[in-house]
Amino acid sequence: MSVDTHPDYEGRDPLVSLEDVEVHFEESSGLFDFSEPEVVRAVDGVDLDIFEQDVVALVGESGCGKTTLGKTTIGLQRPTGGSVSYRGQDIWDAKDGKGDVEIPYKDIRSSLQIIHQDPGSSLNPNRRVMKILEAPLKRWQSQMSAGDRRGQVLSMLEEVGMTPPDDYAGRYPHQLSGGEKQRVALVRALLMDPDLILADEAVSALDVSLRVEMMDLMLDLQEKFDTSFVFVSHDLSNARYFAAHSGGRIGVMYLGELVEIGPAEKIINNPQHPYTKVLRWATPDLTPDGASSDKPPVRKIDIPDPKNPPPGCRFHTRCPEARQVCMEQTPPEYTTEEFHETKCFREDDSHEYWSSPQITDDENEADQLYSEADD
Amino acid sequence: MYSASETIIELRNTEVVFDMSRGVSRVLDNVDLDIRRGEILGVVGESGSGKSMLASAMLDAVVDPGILSGQITYYPDDGDPVNVLGLSDEELRRLRWEDISMVFQGAMSSFNPTMSVKGHFVETLEAHEYDREEGMERAHELLSDLYLDPERVLESYPHELSGGMRQRALIALSVVLEPDLLVMDEPTAALDLLMQRSILSLLEGLKEKYDLTMVFITHDLPLVAELANRMAVMYAFELVEKGSTDEILQNAAHPYTRALLNSTPNLDAPLSEMTSIEGSAPDPVNVPEGCSYHPRCPLADEQCVAEAPDFHDVSSSHQVECFHWEDAAEAIPFNIEQPSSPEEGEAR
Repeated sequence: MSVDTHPDYEGRDPLVSLEDVEVHFEESSGLFDFSEPEVVRAVDGVDLDIFEQDVVALVGESGCGKTTLGKTTIGLQRPTGGSVSYRGQDIWDAKDGKGDVEIPYKDIRSSLQIIHQDPGSSLNPNRRVMKILEAPLKRWQSQMSAGDRRGQVLSMLEEVGMTPPDDYAGRYPHQLSGGEKQRVALVRALLMDPDLILADEAVSALDVSLRVEMMDLMLDLQEKFDTSFVFVSHDLSNARYFAAHSGGRIGVMYLGELVEIGPAEKIINNPQHPYTKVLRWATPDLTPDGASSDKPPVRKIDIPDPKNPPPGCRFHTRCPEARQVCMEQTPPEYTTEEFHETKCFREDDSHEYWSSPQITDDENEADQLYSEADD
Repeated sequence: MYSASETIIELRNTEVVFDMSRGVSRVLDNVDLDIRRGEILGVVGESGSGKSMLASAMLDAVVDPGILSGQITYYPDDGDPVNVLGLSDEELRRLRWEDISMVFQGAMSSFNPTMSVKGHFVETLEAHEYDREEGMERAHELLSDLYLDPERVLESYPHELSGGMRQRALIALSVVLEPDLLVMDEPTAALDLLMQRSILSLLEGLKEKYDLTMVFITHDLPLVAELANRMAVMYAFELVEKGSTDEILQNAAHPYTRALLNSTPNLDAPLSEMTSIEGSAPDPVNVPEGCSYHPRCPLADEQCVAEAPDFHDVSSSHQVECFHWEDAAEAIPFNIEQPSSPEEGEAR
């Protein structure tokens, strides 16, 4: 889908709005350890608006904070700084009962849903599918009669292609394939009639040949139920498939920061941030003369420790384009074109970056650089 | 000097069966495969297609109560061919790691969590009576070849390393006894894409430097296509197609391989044309008669239901198990434009 058919975001109120959100985790220190606790900066300074019927795919390496950002977006993770609001209502004020709460927390909670990465462990193995799916309806729509409830579960199962629904409703999770389990998780989220679903690596555990099928199903349902999706994935080709089909955006995360965001096809075909280009390189490509297995286009292959992210631009320790100034200054967001933002000095033709000397790693220094750990 | 120096390991009629209460489960069915010295062979299949069994079979490491049968011959650099299934326990222990080494997926469970990485290297060298000093020197070099800081990694415990570092340390450990053949079963599966690709490019360097032959087993066809010279595709516990990587990518002759290529999300494919494969893979107890792919195949006819196809030669370096391989390209067109110059393919 091209950008022309992009829903126009101008003048629309965001469904969920994140402002300068940061999530820092303190690593618990021992009882008699009075040193400063170490802080993992999972998410730092992220602004993001998600609209109705919108799709945002978050990509990045493991440990870059994409899942934490996703969970913050749907109000499962309390941010340590900044604010998250749902239709203008601050989610955590609603939870704490601070100020005038216009939308009760209960309603926000059921409007924002999640599909977990591992369908095997997110379904209770001791309950049949019907029981699993009835539970959220019992909890949130207690006035509904038992017959209606069962009827709704069955019709949703049919909707996701699990036919005959009676047969599937009577099964236990272990009697379902991976794809079927993930569909049950999808039904469970949809039964709440949510505005936004976080799909956290929802297709990564499936076989390659089943991923497209699952994404197609989610796209169909997105259209039918007017749901927005935040789709978290480490795989750029899945993110592109999902986001481009729905006219959505791809956001690239690196060490807790959103370094580039824009319309899916722009990110794929015209990536601006050097890190996005690295991810593009890492995505396998079936044309034999395409990317060959040359050296990784990063100066080192391990991600730095998120407890102690590099100063300046966080990517400077690995960036093939890094210059002196990247170690000293933090790049702001530059708007490349409509809805396409990049955090890199290279966007600014008049920036001092261009006259700054290249960073060179001499051998000894390189050894030290490799020794920085993640995890 | 040795006529068989072309082939490093040869599998004939290799089968693995499990006796189960519901019937006999044949998880590797009559596999014939030659692995050539110095090549990187990619073995591709979906989960439950028997690809891990193939790896275990090469080291006679099929878990009980699985029964492995057939003929597996290992041709060492110098010396007589070795009948792998006829070795004594002690001989087998030596063959593994010293001649044929294996890397499993999930490095965390391959390491002993209470032992430092150095401890693993020392233990391995001592168990195989290698010179410790020389061996540790090799370990240092291997670790830095894999972009790790040897001193720091050796002192660490497995949990102190990130997933990508752990997996690379495991690869170094598997090569420290200088094997000829390295079999890797989904060595990068739990890692993110950038780390997967980085490891792949490091593996290629390792292969050149240490003269290794590699077998890389994965469900991820596009990933291994970057690395492998030759590919073998598994479906329902059998090999259905084998050929050079270029031939498989440009001219796959098995309907399953073609469908698999088309179902893979790809940055270069037009979005509208990605399709999934209808139906699901068969149960090992109940594999369809005839060609096992016939229930899902658009080309299937009575012949496919009645009898199992043999390998047909597409070219001297490309074989396929399908009656209708000549029609496959037309029936299942690729959704990506492949640069279709066969000369280029052979030149590689």
